[in-house]
Amino acid sequence: MFEPVIGIEVHAQLKTESKLFCSCSARFGASPNSNTCPVCLGLPGTLPVLNKKAFEYGIRTALAFNCKVAEISGFDRKNYFYPDLPKNYQITQQASPVGVNGYLDVVIDDETRRIRIKRVHLEEDAGKSIHEGGDITGAVFSLEDYNRAGVPLLEIVSEPDIRSPKEAYEYLSMLRRTLLYLGVSDCKMEEGSLRCDVNISVRPKGSDSFGTLVELKNLNSFRAVERSLEYEVKRQSELASENKEIIRETRHWDEEGQTTVGMRRKGLAEDYRFFPDPDLPRLIIGESWIEKVRSDLPELPGERKARFIRDYELPEYDASLLTDTQQLADYFEEAAKEYGHAKTVSNWIMGELLRLMNVTGIGIESVKIRPCDLVAMLKMIDKGTISGKIAKTVFEEMFTQGKSPGDIVKEKGLVQIADEDELTKIVDLVIQDNQKVVEQVKAGKDRAIGFLVGQVMKETKGRANPQMVNELLRQRLAGEN
Amino acid sequence: MKLSELGAFELLPMIKRKEVSVEEATVGILNKIKAVDRDIQAYITVTNEHALQRAKEADLRLNEGKPPRPLEGLSVAIKDNICTKGIKTTGASVYLEDFVPPYDATVVRLLEDAGAIIVGKTNLDELAMGSSTESSAMFPTKNPWDLQRVPGGSSGGSAAAVIADEAVFALGSDTGGSIRQPAAFCGIVGLKPTYGLVSRYGLIGYASSMDQIGPMTKNVRDCAMLLNVIARHDPKDAQSYTGEPVDYTQFLIPDINEVIVGVPKEFLNKGLSKSVKDAFMKALNKLEGLGAKVVEVSLPHSDHALAAYYVISSAEASSNLARLDGIRYGYRAAGCEDSASMTAISRGKGFGSEVKRRIVLGTHILSKGNFEKYFNDALKIRSLIFRDFEKIFKECTCLVCPSSPTVAFRIGEKIRDPLEMYLSDVYTVPPNLAGLPGISIPCGFDEEGMPIGLQIITKQFDEATLLQVAYTFEQATDFHKKKPQLQKYDCGSESTRGDRNV
Amino acid sequence: MRLSKEDIKRISDLARIELNEEDESLFAEQMSGILRIVNKLDKVDTSGMDQMVTPTGFTNVLREDIALPSLDPKEALFNAADREGAFFKVPRIIEVD
Ligand SMILES: [Zn+2]
Repeated sequence: MFEPVIGIEVHAQLKTESKLFCSCSARFGASPNSNTCPVCLGLPGTLPVLNKKAFEYGIRTALAFNCKVAEISGFDRKNYFYPDLPKNYQITQQASPVGVNGYLDVVIDDETRRIRIKRVHLEEDAGKSIHEGGDITGAVFSLEDYNRAGVPLLEIVSEPDIRSPKEAYEYLSMLRRTLLYLGVSDCKMEEGSLRCDVNISVRPKGSDSFGTLVELKNLNSFRAVERSLEYEVKRQSELASENKEIIRETRHWDEEGQTTVGMRRKGLAEDYRFFPDPDLPRLIIGESWIEKVRSDLPELPGERKARFIRDYELPEYDASLLTDTQQLADYFEEAAKEYGHAKTVSNWIMGELLRLMNVTGIGIESVKIRPCDLVAMLKMIDKGTISGKIAKTVFEEMFTQGKSPGDIVKEKGLVQIADEDELTKIVDLVIQDNQKVVEQVKAGKDRAIGFLVGQVMKETKGRANPQMVNELLRQRLAGEN
Repeated sequence: MKLSELGAFELLPMIKRKEVSVEEATVGILNKIKAVDRDIQAYITVTNEHALQRAKEADLRLNEGKPPRPLEGLSVAIKDNICTKGIKTTGASVYLEDFVPPYDATVVRLLEDAGAIIVGKTNLDELAMGSSTESSAMFPTKNPWDLQRVPGGSSGGSAAAVIADEAVFALGSDTGGSIRQPAAFCGIVGLKPTYGLVSRYGLIGYASSMDQIGPMTKNVRDCAMLLNVIARHDPKDAQSYTGEPVDYTQFLIPDINEVIVGVPKEFLNKGLSKSVKDAFMKALNKLEGLGAKVVEVSLPHSDHALAAYYVISSAEASSNLARLDGIRYGYRAAGCEDSASMTAISRGKGFGSEVKRRIVLGTHILSKGNFEKYFNDALKIRSLIFRDFEKIFKECTCLVCPSSPTVAFRIGEKIRDPLEMYLSDVYTVPPNLAGLPGISIPCGFDEEGMPIGLQIITKQFDEATLLQVAYTFEQATDFHKKKPQLQKYDCGSESTRGDRNV
Repeated sequence: MRLSKEDIKRISDLARIELNEEDESLFAEQMSGILRIVNKLDKVDTSGMDQMVTPTGFTNVLREDIALPSLDPKEALFNAADREGAFFKVPRIIEVD
């Protein structure tokens, strides 16, 4: 039996206004080379000046991942030539990353796994090369767009603590969720604001040795990470069990074929000639600075989930789902506080709201129903103004129209009929029209009464108070005896 | 005295009083350039039209009654490794021959805002690597005192332009002596400020931890005036000093009675030529005569300064110059198959020998296995040298030594042997390693009439003391008043050659 | 610590500079000479000394996160040897390890 040993490097673009070392906009999607200046084009004579917010985002993230924040942090130059790298060196943090030795807790099948985080550091992104013909191997020339060059990146490197493809998926989900909670990154894989590289080797289960490392690239979604790892675990385990050599290499995930393909030998390690960047003074991160950043930390997903279970007495499943994003958790909490009965709120959010969001593809931030509207609707159910069944219709209307439940109920005449006289008339009518069923009920087939209730509801277009209908039916049928 | 021969402190009041228009003053300099620069070759680019345009604008301002600015109408030459928006900035390299920066260096902005008129871009050793201006890819600049000799380097063009009155003053850059050594060779004043006092933004980076821009002037007063304008905090340079601006002219008081002058004994032995040593000794006597106390001090690690300097500067340069890759600007070799070979061939053809040698050396120094051995060691020796200076400045106000072990050498004399050339910087390198300010001022002439420079060094950010000592010496001597004989040129005549304009 | 022509070839590849044969031999010779002197630094007692990256030792220099206008792409591209539309154009990129 073999077990995989997996480590993950994540690059997250930081959500700052400007780039890491110049004042160009860091926004995605501008026309080619329109977000460039002498500094990020690497023109001779230009110098980098560090973006304070980006650096504080680094500290913030390091703290969130339980890292030790460096007392002295600094920037180094990583020297290598590539056309998308304007200075032909990348400014990064090799020797003194902003955070080291942290961890992230991930819950898998009700079990908490602690994945250690080796380091969190800041660096600048490179530009983008477009290879004419779409394929680098067949291209005759390439086009360079430096809009992305210099955008701040945070690199988060795990220890090789991950033991299954599923764990990798959960680790990435939790990491992404945490970054979103922190507000430091958009984490949009499709825009490249979150990227991951994965290292995997296999070893006999129980062994503490390390096998030959294979690096996986072209992972465009967390699912791709999981699937490519599943494929690699199988491939490497087979090779290992047959005592065949596993080559140290980089493999490309082929989404279409659902396989990994060897790209190139890792061969000799590159010589990046790291050295401290003399253009950038060191950073002394004192206790007071750390405390200031710490005091601004939001409640993190793990903490929030635990609190939902504790304070709102929610099941673990509900708490997990509700804390998936900060906005959803905020939504729940606002409604739950106002309404009081948290589980009911949770049911409506997890049931109707998430269903409608799924169907329409609308995110929580664009949902038209305000938490107070949801509460108002729940109170109408409690008061008997509307039935639970009608409430679903009302809720859908609220979702599409964005109107208050009161307005919808009024406009559509959905107020529950709880007037005894009015209901009695309808009940009598139904009894009259359904004598066969009435006979069955009288003969002791109690279940048949449900049909009669249904008929009353049909007559009233669902507005009748079902309990009253039930009672009235029983009364009338009993009275007929 | 001709208009072009005036220093800043003499010319400025005349402009202020409108005795001379800015245009007249500028034309005077431009004519002088036309007359003498064919032989001296101080300039790579002369910005005739730009200068005349700016001069007219300045006159207009003054005639409108606007108050004159601190350097109103003074012609300044800019070393051609300092970026000027819309004006070619070549670094004297084939690689950057056609490079037109889309931005101004901070010092250029400050100078123009202060009313100075840029008359041109001066020659240098390619990308500031060299001590003779012979490694310029354009042409070697000649020493106005003897056209067979080098003007020093790398700011040789600026030094020659100032002494030949082809500019009122100039900016140079100094990484290991590139302002002070040519100042000494040409008999002018050259100041390398404390690391961080003047913004490096826009200076083509050579060795980022030592590069400084500084004034090159006809006298100490002009030096203070120019420093006043360029010594400003710059948010674009993260190593820029954040202290309040100082008016350095207020320290131009001829008084060194309280001053203790240290003389590093290590600087007076091997390699020092007799004429320089004699002039230096006389200068010491003079300083003593002026009331200073002279003491012998020791810089025990100065022997290693040159080696540490070449390790650090080459390493930084190899990285700084990696950006010259043939893609975004600069020379690109034609017909290359792929991007990597395009870059390699463009760099091979675009750079001269000295630049290539230092990039290759720096790459070797930073590569696996060597980094610890060479680079980290050099940075520790840098600390030792810094500490040596610190100790000295506990007992001394300033240090003095020759600016260079010899006077200007002959063109071609040292170009074949890089090590021999490097020795030319032996006295100027230690202050760069320690970030200290150093000034070279004229202190004599050898038997062949070549100027000799005296270097004064103080602790960091003590340019005030530096200038006071320099000024006191200058006021008591006449060396700065002597001019090379260029009378065979008729300065009033019409242009003798086409403008090298942009 | 003599550098051979082959050493120079390897280093200049890393520095991405194509040298001619003559320069390779010349540099091997000259750099060996320079390194002989540099090697003497080894003998200096540097125990307890920090690595001095820059001489002034400023710390915590940061700028506020404010986006300012960038260059006009025309200006950005002005000095490029080759361009296509608003892109910088380079010969094909061969992935090398
Ligand atoms: Zn920029």
